[in-house]
Amino acid sequence: MVLALAATALVALALLSDLIVPRIDDIWSRWRARRQRTPTWSYDPGRERRAEQRARALLRSCVNEEEWAMYRDLGFLRVWGTLADGPDDAGGTGGAPYAYVIYPHRPILAYLAQTHRLLNEYCVTFPDETRPYGSSRLPDSDDVLAKWMALTGDERRLISTANMHLPGRQLDPAQVRRDLWRLSQWERARMRDAAGGDGTPRPGDRQGAA
Amino acid sequence: MKPGHGEVLIAEGDVERAEDEQRLIEEFRRQLDAGLWAAVPVADHGGRRESIMVRSFEEIPSDADRVIFFPRAAGGR
Repeated sequence: MVLALAATALVALALLSDLIVPRIDDIWSRWRARRQRTPTWSYDPGRERRAEQRARALLRSCVNEEEWAMYRDLGFLRVWGTLADGPDDAGGTGGAPYAYVIYPHRPILAYLAQTHRLLNEYCVTFPDETRPYGSSRLPDSDDVLAKWMALTGDERRLISTANMHLPGRQLDPAQVRRDLWRLSQWERARMRDAAGGDGTPRPGDRQGAA
Repeated sequence: MKPGHGEVLIAEGDVERAEDEQRLIEEFRRQLDAGLWAAVPVADHGGRRESIMVRSFEEIPSDADRVIFFPRAAGGR
């Protein structure tokens, strides 16, 4: 009798093993994962601030004085485009000068320098997948510097890597136009200061304010 | 450039000294093998600054005082 019951139980177990074994394996894996000590990095505002200070110092040492002052005062950088017919996918600029606005951790925005017509947004990131402190995100000023280096070093490569979108997808066009207006006012003020603060326009004032 | 840290000094040396140069070359390759991009900030005679993207140690200008490694670009959302 016992032997028959045992044999029946064995057969039942064998039949059910396909269902039971994966479930047991799953429960075991979950239990081990819960027990495993995983490195966790809590957000440390002091560390992030020190990182940003180092990043700002590095950015300042790479760009020229005007660009640094622009970033310090306005919070973004302008980089002139160098491609003869504008960035790819922008429909051609007809040789008109164009530039990019670089914001930290926001898309790069291309625009025509004279008319301020917005061309495209280029979404690009520089993720560090080693996540040294639990995040793949560079400090703000490092992100700006990475974009600046990639744009001035190989504009075509960066633009072809980025995901292109029409203006307005992430950046508010009205805000960008305000920023471009702020930039022109800022450049006029710098020129006035350079001229001695007497308001006397110097050659190139109009062009510099574009 | 490192998230949560900013600038990190990886290696330094004088390329005029053979052992330093070899160490710098190895470190340069290690960074590129790890998937990083390398750039050298330079200034032209007009004071304009730009950078040169370098893909091999030989491409680094002889008067460069530093090479900056940063994560490779990827299309964002």
